[in-house]
Amino acid sequence: MSLAAAADDAPAAPGARLRPSRDIGRPGELRPDFSEILRLVRPGARVLDVGCGEGALLELLVAQKGCDGRGLEISAEGVAACLARGLAVVQGDADRDLLAYPSHAFDYAILSQTLQATVAPREVLIQLLRIADRAIVSFPNFGHWRMRLSLLARGRMPETAALPHEWWSTPNIHMCTLRDFTLLCRDLELRIESCAALTTGKPPRIIDPEKEIENWRAESALFLLSRRNGAKRTPEPDPDAEPQTGDLFS
Amino acid sequence: MAEDGSGSIIAEEGVIRLKKPLRLDSGGALEKLEIAYRTYGRLNAARSNAILICHALTLDQHVASVHPVTGKPGWWNMTVGPGLPIDPDRHFIICSNVVGGCMGTTGPCSANPKTGEPYGLSFPMITIADMVRAQAALLDQLGIETLLAVVGGSMGGMQVLQWAADYPERLYSAVCIAAAPRHSAQNIAFHEVGRQAIMADPDWRAGDYARQGVRPEKGLSVARMAAHITYLSEVALQRKFGRELQRDGLSWGFDADFQVESYLRHQGARFVERFDANSYLYITRAMDYFDLAAAKGGQLAEAFRPARDVRFCVLSFTSDWLYPTTESRSIVQALNAAGARVSFVEIESDKGHDAFLLDEPVMRAALAGFLDSAGKARGLA
Repeated sequence: MSLAAAADDAPAAPGARLRPSRDIGRPGELRPDFSEILRLVRPGARVLDVGCGEGALLELLVAQKGCDGRGLEISAEGVAACLARGLAVVQGDADRDLLAYPSHAFDYAILSQTLQATVAPREVLIQLLRIADRAIVSFPNFGHWRMRLSLLARGRMPETAALPHEWWSTPNIHMCTLRDFTLLCRDLELRIESCAALTTGKPPRIIDPEKEIENWRAESALFLLSRRNGAKRTPEPDPDAEPQTGDLFS
Repeated sequence: MAEDGSGSIIAEEGVIRLKKPLRLDSGGALEKLEIAYRTYGRLNAARSNAILICHALTLDQHVASVHPVTGKPGWWNMTVGPGLPIDPDRHFIICSNVVGGCMGTTGPCSANPKTGEPYGLSFPMITIADMVRAQAALLDQLGIETLLAVVGGSMGGMQVLQWAADYPERLYSAVCIAAAPRHSAQNIAFHEVGRQAIMADPDWRAGDYARQGVRPEKGLSVARMAAHITYLSEVALQRKFGRELQRDGLSWGFDADFQVESYLRHQGARFVERFDANSYLYITRAMDYFDLAAAKGGQLAEAFRPARDVRFCVLSFTSDWLYPTTESRSIVQALNAAGARVSFVEIESDKGHDAFLLDEPVMRAALAGFLDSAGKARGLA
């Protein structure tokens, strides 16, 4: 099995933090994660795209969904390109600068193919769901069969078109599997509202991320997450209120 | 009025006397305030293409045309001009000399209309907000209700922030470059050195030098030399001068042996030809007093809350240690907290604070992109 074979149907390369090349795709063809995100996002929503590159996704969200789109991007060139597209983008780093955003400022925070390149992915995830009511997170699945096979057969860190770096130069410092990520969501008490497996050239496929087979099959996964209690906080009980006898008993 | 060959660019120079007294933060008001300004380009029929440029401490209204005293090109001719981000072919560009300045707007060297003598230290203390109030009054008299953008670097950036806080309804967008929401201890400290240098000059005469027919040139020159260092980065100074000598060998004395000394002395000498010492005192003080969040209990976001519909662009430079990126980031964070639409770029440059005046391609691209999209959103061609 040649790993080069993986090149043709791999999703766009991750690691936007170091290589602002997230916008590279086949002309005229919507990246599968973009089409899935466009499907998930409610029209008119306030959206923060973390690691927005040159703003291709933000532009689609604004143009097609009427979103109020904002971006966070690490490279000055990426931000300048976004400005030329008329987008509002702040230069910054997901690890450091999400802390500066107020809570509940957005309906959605998007982190596309970038989580694995953050220094503290767990903290970033927490911040995303503090800033926004929902987070849309996609990442390459290290549990995909090609990865497993490559490690088993070659005994070396897998290199694919999606993950084209040597281990010592990769920006993808926190790779995880579909299973790892669902366990983290459980640990953080996040609700998985939807999950899709992504493969370039194929339509996104809605999956149950708990199923072991999907951890073999999904090259890349995209999650829609929310806090367990939904967008709204549970109201504090009013101590002065009469004890609820409850309609159930009347 | 001068018109260039293409017939489309009008550069106009004027002085307007404000019809109403200018209320001042320090109490009282300035009567019969005169404001010197320059414009470039034409106001369109929809009156939607006006851009106000706010100048820095020692600059003036001559943004993109030859300076009448120095004969040098406009101070922002890398940014303002045909084909550049701020373009007289598309925008109506206005820049006025700040209150307290010395290039035609009423300042401490102007004659007090009540006495006919130079104000000197009887000139009232002024603030950044006073400067902005004067600009707003100027625009009123020019018949300009709203601005496509207010743009400024350094002290000009402070004015931009003040504009956003005080007149958000008149702004469509705002560009704040290499500035801060308040002066830091270090900023104040450097200004104090400059002021003390001026006041230590025997020719300062307690600010009354104009009446006594002298000028505190030595003091003002030293103030400029000290300030000039803060505008550059260590790398830029080293690259430009290193330890290069003026002549072969050392003088074994206190002449300007090193090229950097000679350069600073030259900068000081040129500066006193075009700038007034008391203006330097008043304007540096205005900058020191600047603290946009102070009036809002220290909550910068509160100052920006009324400006949440304004599009903001904030720019900083990596090697600027006078107004470092941390200051711009605090502006961005406050704007985010206020829910405003903000973009921010930290531009890689080793040229220090001065970078905003120079040809910085990323700055040019960011400015052009931001202003073009603001113009498009506002229906400009």
